[in-house]
Amino acid sequence: MEWFESFWQVYNNLILTIGVNALLALSIWLTLSCGLLAMANAAFMGIGAYTASILTMSAGAPFPLALAGGIAAPTLVALAIGGPTLRLSGVYLAMATLGFGEVVRVLILNAESITGGALGLNGIPQETQWWHVLLAVIVVLLILWRLRRSRIGRAFEAINEDAVAASLMGIAVNAHKMLAFALGAAIAGLAGALNAHLTFFIGPSEFGFDRGVDILTMTILGGTSGLTGPVLGALIITLLPELLRSFRDFRTMLNGAILVLIVLFLPKGLWDPKRLRSWFGRGAH
Amino acid sequence: MLEQQLVNALSLGCVYALFALGFTLIFGVLGVINLSHGAVFMVGAYAALQVVTRFGWSLWASLLAALVVSAAVGLAIDYFVLRPLRKRNAPHLIPMIATIGLAIVFNNAAQGLFGAENLRFPSELVPDAQLHFLGVQISVLEVAIVVLSFALMATLFVVMRKTQLGRALRAIAESPKAAALLGINVEGLFYLTSATAAALGGVSGVLIALYSNAVFPLMGQPMLHKGIAVIILGGMGDIRGALIGGLFLGFAEVMSVAYIGSTMRDAVAFGLLFIVLLLRPQGMFGKVLERKA
Repeated sequence: MEWFESFWQVYNNLILTIGVNALLALSIWLTLSCGLLAMANAAFMGIGAYTASILTMSAGAPFPLALAGGIAAPTLVALAIGGPTLRLSGVYLAMATLGFGEVVRVLILNAESITGGALGLNGIPQETQWWHVLLAVIVVLLILWRLRRSRIGRAFEAINEDAVAASLMGIAVNAHKMLAFALGAAIAGLAGALNAHLTFFIGPSEFGFDRGVDILTMTILGGTSGLTGPVLGALIITLLPELLRSFRDFRTMLNGAILVLIVLFLPKGLWDPKRLRSWFGRGAH
Repeated sequence: MLEQQLVNALSLGCVYALFALGFTLIFGVLGVINLSHGAVFMVGAYAALQVVTRFGWSLWASLLAALVVSAAVGLAIDYFVLRPLRKRNAPHLIPMIATIGLAIVFNNAAQGLFGAENLRFPSELVPDAQLHFLGVQISVLEVAIVVLSFALMATLFVVMRKTQLGRALRAIAESPKAAALLGINVEGLFYLTSATAAALGGVSGVLIALYSNAVFPLMGQPMLHKGIAVIILGGMGDIRGALIGGLFLGFAEVMSVAYIGSTMRDAVAFGLLFIVLLLRPQGMFGKVLERKA
């Protein structure tokens, strides 16, 4: 097992980052599956990260409590802003949530006494163990998998196809949108809280527009037709810079190019069961 | 003192309006939130700076260079990215996601080519004359920005409302399919709109680079965020709305810096945006687009 020890020494951070990114990709997948392009997930991640870090650092709270706080705070914020925001549809929602993200970033930047301002929070205790991340990913996947097959999941799908038709079928469109939004915020907050206790440091610039785009890229790249897509996308986007070390400076540029190419040539993302069957499966239909 | 603040608000507001004009034009005709508009704005500024520093062109000639280069970029974006998506009838969020990717590519390419540092136009070229009247001070450049944004807004407004071209564009905005059946060259007008909007973005890039005396790869991003706020404030796709939204935002920012403090300046734009979305989701001039059950 010696090789594994040394492998883990070098790569544990990377592997745990894949887990955190998978959570983030799943959080935006959830809102997308309900037909909402909400770009606030980076902000929710930030709220979760700051809440949890402040709980452990200033209040000396035990880690599970900090995690709970990191989940609860963004969920409450999502419930509060969801009311007015989710009345908007399509691009208006995307713009409003993008704006919300900026407000959060500026507020974090200015609340220096609590958040450390531009310098961020340093020396967060490294409480996150590998199995915490693994457990979080598995639990979230199980919940979402179960949700997809439930009445609620079907309702999300119906709203995604046509919100007006869904409402005429008696689906409470607004309540379901709110549920998807709040649950997405909770998952993003969990990812933020876990990540903060993994990396020692958080700063406001981590949770800005770029992070939001990163999260969206992972999900669009992987594909939004199921749960496999976001996880696959997170895996690729996290590993890509490692595989392309020589292109380091162009890492973000590569992300951008991938986003454009995927949208143009693989509209359903990499994980598209129908296309995969037509490529590989002879027996399957 | 208040007079001076109002003048500052006017010029800042026109800066925002100038940027937002092209942004809102694309949305109005193509129905696309073009998040690469900030990158095109940056391309315009770099194009002008290059011809000034490398070939020693004058400022006016560099404005022309920025116009041509950014229009070409806008045309290329439309041809290679937006057109295939139109053909496929992609849902309206898809082009927006693609333009996010484009913006990242452009911003990073600029960083790779020209470095991340802040470049400036040679100081002897930047007009620095100040005008004084009634106790307020305004630079020649600010006057140019104010005049240009009002003139462009008026021109675009008249073209859209009073000419055959404008009627065709409004028909496309209503329904591209119906417009095509009426014999309107829909694809051609899409190209024209993309190129015009990009040219407006590029020229505003040069003016704003002169105004803030800074050219850097990410200069378009804060502007894009403000532009989003402006077109939501004014109503998306509305030409008058771009100017009024811009002025409103400029006014709110200057007043918040004067009376609240400069740290919250950036929160003002998006705080306002939030309130407007709350009260009037369609903006101050926008029409309700949503289908009713």
